[in-house]
Amino acid sequence: MTESATRTDALPALLDRIAGDEKHLPSAYSTLDVLWVLYDRVLRVTPATVDEPDRDRFLLSKGHGPAAYYAVLAAKGFIPPEWLGHAGEWDSPLGWHPDRIRIPGVEIGTGSLGHGLGVAVGTALGLRAQGLDARTFVLLGDAELDEGSNHEAIAFTAAIRLPLTAIVVDNQSSTYGWPGGIPARFPGWEASIVGGRDRDALEWALGQPADRPRLIVAVVEKQGS
Amino acid sequence: MTMRDTFVNATTALIDDDPRTALVLADISADRFAPAQRRHPDRVINVGIREGLMAGVAGGLALTGLRPYLHSYAPFLIDRAYEQIKLDLGHQDAGAVLVSIGGSYDAAGAGYTHQSPGDVALLDTLEGWAVHVPGHAGEVPALLRAAAAGDDRVYVRLGEQQNARPYPAVDTLQVIRRGSVGAPVVIAVGPLLDPALAATEGLDVTVAYTLTPRPLDTAGLATLVDRDVVVVEPYLAGTSSHVVAEALRDRPHRALHLGVARREIRQYGSPADHARAHGLDALGLRASMMPFLATAS
Repeated sequence: MTESATRTDALPALLDRIAGDEKHLPSAYSTLDVLWVLYDRVLRVTPATVDEPDRDRFLLSKGHGPAAYYAVLAAKGFIPPEWLGHAGEWDSPLGWHPDRIRIPGVEIGTGSLGHGLGVAVGTALGLRAQGLDARTFVLLGDAELDEGSNHEAIAFTAAIRLPLTAIVVDNQSSTYGWPGGIPARFPGWEASIVGGRDRDALEWALGQPADRPRLIVAVVEKQGS
Repeated sequence: MTMRDTFVNATTALIDDDPRTALVLADISADRFAPAQRRHPDRVINVGIREGLMAGVAGGLALTGLRPYLHSYAPFLIDRAYEQIKLDLGHQDAGAVLVSIGGSYDAAGAGYTHQSPGDVALLDTLEGWAVHVPGHAGEVPALLRAAAAGDDRVYVRLGEQQNARPYPAVDTLQVIRRGSVGAPVVIAVGPLLDPALAATEGLDVTVAYTLTPRPLDTAGLATLVDRDVVVVEPYLAGTSSHVVAEALRDRPHRALHLGVARREIRQYGSPADHARAHGLDALGLRASMMPFLATAS
């Protein structure tokens, strides 16, 4: 058994340690497989390189439901598993939305929807301007796309052909949905639609060359189903 | 030369000289920075008419170690992008240099949509913003150069109205005219210095100037003021009242705060017309000050 598999198996136990997350429970787990594949198979970042200028960047834009994020960070050694049982407590580094100042390995503090994609655009631009060989990934929720700020970033990224990978975890939680499909909201991006629980498909999609705007829609079960 | 001209020249030089400097635009003044953009396409970025994105991009640039300068009309740079300024910069503990034009009523003919009297008050709700309000184009380059070295959050508010001469670009209060010991003190911010000097001509008051209302030189203020203080600032009236009250909390004092009124003026004309309407020309300032000064110690 590989170490990776061992730690995968540890995820349910780590998730169980996160107490009092009822508020965000469904969305917490919608991102679990995407996050695991990112940290286990894709991202060039480890606990030892969280401050290296050329590390890959992962930005959790939606911020909501961070239990899966925290569990993966713990499984990969970025944070101690002991932190998981105390999320939201006064002296816990883990809030109901992640704070980059408090949590090693967390690139941005989020929670207010619609901020991560714009910051990701600036991150990708900053890495490119400094000639750093690092990729930028950002994860959004399908309901988060309701926020108009995303569409400023989507259009600009396509216009300048910025290398950036956006992952939209689609659990059909947007109140009015996206008739015509989410990729239609990302004109000029190269889009893939994959099963959000299919780790091999996610790995393939996330591993495509980081040379253009890429959208990966990771479809999971409808929220609450 | 206008403040905007000196901003373009100084920022272009910074981009040429310092590889850490980046400029993010939202179409406004983009034509003026076209030469810089040709030389440094990776660090001169025009996002189009997307001010929220402009601030978000700045946050991302700063997190990779660059020093972003942003620029637009104050109502779009600050008012529209307030939450991005709050979260994509402040909450990330990231810094940037925000350079506005069109604060208060400089865009007089454009109407209230293009005016922001509340920009400094909005930044006052947030932690750690330095605010510079130069009163002369000659003060602008030094402010911009000084901001390049840091990683802090800096707002530079450029205006159409200028004083007759520049003063040193320092953070402290500068006494321009000294009254007798214990005389009332008039604190004039940026381009309202000359109107304040004219308004107090022949009166026994001390007039002090600052181009850095945040952080205000509270130590200098506390030393200078005996009991009576008048603040004249070119944005929302009373914006600095909480800072002045804190600086003078250990003594009985009287304070008059003059600035732009909340009342929307639905007329056009020139900045001078609006200054007159808000009582911020020399005559208006004198009219507001006289009853206050008449009962001063």
